[in-house]
Amino acid sequence: MTAELGHFAVILALFVAAVQATLPLIGAQRGDAQWMAVARPAALLQFLLVAVAFGCLTNLYVTSDFSVVNVAANSHTDKPLLYKISGVWGNHEGSMLLWVLILALFGSAVAAFGANLPPALRARVLAIQALIAVGFYLFILLTSNPFERLIPAPANGRDLNPLLQDPGLAFHPPMLYLGYVGFSMAFSFAIAALIEGRVDAAWARWVRPWTLAAWCFLTAGIGLGSWWAYYELGWGGWWYWDPVENASFMPWLAGTALLHSATVVEKRDTLKGWTVLLAIITFSMSLLGTFLVRSGVLTSVHAFATDPARGVFILVLLIIVIGGSLALYAWRGPQLVSAGLFQPISREGGLLFNNLVMATATAAVLLGTLYPLLLDAVGGGKVSVGPPFFNAVFIPLMLPMLAVMAVGPLLHWKRGDWRAAVQRLWPAMVAALAAAAGAWALVTDGPFLGPVGLALAAWLGVGTLVELAERLRLGRENLGRSLARLARQPRAAWGMTLAHLGLAVTIAGMTGAGAWVEESIQVMAPGDTVRLAGYEFRFDGARPTRGANYVATTGRFTVSRDGRAVVVLNPEKRVYNVSGQPTTEAGIETRLTGDLYAVVGDRGTTADGRPGFVTRLYFNPLVAWMWGGLMIMVAGGALSLTDRRHRVGAPARRGIAAQAAGAD
Amino acid sequence: MKRKHKRLTFAAVGLALVGVAAALALSAFEESIVFFHSPTDVAEGKVEMDRRIRLGGLVEAGSVQKQADAVTGFRITDGAHAIAVTYQGILPDLFREGQGVVTEGRLRGATFVAEEVLAKHDETYMPPEVADALKKSGRWQEEAGKGAAKTGGPGK
Repeated sequence: MTAELGHFAVILALFVAAVQATLPLIGAQRGDAQWMAVARPAALLQFLLVAVAFGCLTNLYVTSDFSVVNVAANSHTDKPLLYKISGVWGNHEGSMLLWVLILALFGSAVAAFGANLPPALRARVLAIQALIAVGFYLFILLTSNPFERLIPAPANGRDLNPLLQDPGLAFHPPMLYLGYVGFSMAFSFAIAALIEGRVDAAWARWVRPWTLAAWCFLTAGIGLGSWWAYYELGWGGWWYWDPVENASFMPWLAGTALLHSATVVEKRDTLKGWTVLLAIITFSMSLLGTFLVRSGVLTSVHAFATDPARGVFILVLLIIVIGGSLALYAWRGPQLVSAGLFQPISREGGLLFNNLVMATATAAVLLGTLYPLLLDAVGGGKVSVGPPFFNAVFIPLMLPMLAVMAVGPLLHWKRGDWRAAVQRLWPAMVAALAAAAGAWALVTDGPFLGPVGLALAAWLGVGTLVELAERLRLGRENLGRSLARLARQPRAAWGMTLAHLGLAVTIAGMTGAGAWVEESIQVMAPGDTVRLAGYEFRFDGARPTRGANYVATTGRFTVSRDGRAVVVLNPEKRVYNVSGQPTTEAGIETRLTGDLYAVVGDRGTTADGRPGFVTRLYFNPLVAWMWGGLMIMVAGGALSLTDRRHRVGAPARRGIAAQAAGAD
Repeated sequence: MKRKHKRLTFAAVGLALVGVAAALALSAFEESIVFFHSPTDVAEGKVEMDRRIRLGGLVEAGSVQKQADAVTGFRITDGAHAIAVTYQGILPDLFREGQGVVTEGRLRGATFVAEEVLAKHDETYMPPEVADALKKSGRWQEEAGKGAAKTGGPGK
């Protein structure tokens, strides 16, 4: 009964979305207030219906109703409750339902909180949201129905893939989807603006919080995914430039650019066409990501079994959305008139430079990700484009951006003085040189990029603090007044400072773990030791252990440094009871200077013929900084969201225009 | 600066970035593109020695041998031909006889020395290249794609 109710709710939601996609759009065109007014209740009703459907599916999972195909294939009565719930989106059908749930959630948020949006804009935005939703409801109903029945029902389910039975991955998909789908708001606002033929500061002020929220979720989602891959897969790595990873990274790059260009529209009333284009590109990248992940057209280490029919459906959807929106942009875009141009050396110039680099980087990642598909399509053979390509293209593009990133915030709007800015940055320059020299002295034989990366991280980190000190007029006024200024800094400004600092910390972590990682693979018999990065790993043996729904081989390593014991690591190799699938649980000790990381594998024989276990040991310098930095970035974004000026739809259009003109 | 000059500056910076990116991409493509080959390609001598390639197919049943010093030997087959492969390290959790696998490494004589064995997260996942290679050699069964791989059966 629950399954039928859920299925019915999705069908109803489709019809509601169809109404919401048409009547308000026509109403806005004709200026008919009654037709436009349909949008808000429709958006709320649509959300209610999807929420009912999602609730039904969750209920089916929690009660382990194996008469539903989806539950039988992905759940088991013995599974802990958390993974019964995360099992809802740990599979294709359920994750698509989560997709539309989040889409409807954002739509209903506009309906609920967008009271002071101009009615025509609101009607159009909600109609576009519903139009996207229609496509995905059809997708769910025609190719991926999560409520399909299985008769006769099996006694128990096939269990959720054990790799997904992990707290990090339980929350990774919802976070990622909140990011992906959150960019649909910017897209809908952009399309609505193209139809209206007008973009102004008020528009940017409505778009920014949505983009920022989506960006925060996406950052957190990517971070969680990378962290999960790091500790669960047991390869010691955190980023593989895998198609599925790139699929989430491209919207992030484009979204970051959008965030910055929307600032320029809001403050300076220029770069309008570009911002609208970025909004379209960002959401297109989200859709493309969904397509790449869901269709399985590319070989990926993160891929799951897929069905080609679904790929074709999303591809068609992708072509309609991207093609349609770009065509609309080509037709209406030129009507968006921007205020005057600015000097190249200015705050806007810096932000535009960020945008150009981000857009180029997005294009480079896109090229590398899709190249195997393109080549195969023209019969050029099957290839893969691996990390060497992405590292060779992406890293050189980022270096100048990081260099400019410390300078940009110190420049004035409209016309900046780069010499004055660079002069103020002398502490950052000192820090950068010190970091490079220090890295060089500690590791003489490492790659050239190591010291460069750390220098840029120090440059950006200290440069961001210099900018904060400038805003407080630290040292130019007495300390009391500076501290008073500190308290009065708007939260949005704090958000920027934190996000940039977070990036500096992340870059330091990436540099450390990327440039100076030490790895050792061997067979160890109990009592054997391996020296790595100044630490001594002693293998004390392995014994069988037992968990709730798995059995494991647990190894024991005693790590010591200069004869003093540092920590005991207990990596596991688990075999899950139901599926018989093995998983690896790395033993990790996180320290400020780097992670000690041990993995135990199958039985083997050492080079001199003694029985032991295959082991894999790593020292990952600074790797924890990367996730710490990402958390700081997310915290910065979240803090900025709480700023009074960013509160969703807070100011009315007229008020904002006056403020924008008066500001700065 | 005049309006025209400003526009020109932005366009020049944009073009320069795209140009740099294109140059980087082209030079990186030369070195970092890895071609996928099936065991039949290798047997027919279509693969250069010592060039980094991907070799994919099914892990031949009964071929996996643990050797000393964490080295594993196995054979990758597409039903028509099988190639001996060695790999030093911990194999991915889902590496199993009879299942689809993609390895990356270099051909050294008659043996393929794998530097990487690509993992997968899902037992039923079949890399698209492997599915294609099996189809080409006529050994593809729908079942093989569903994980219960059987080689040598009649092609579909």
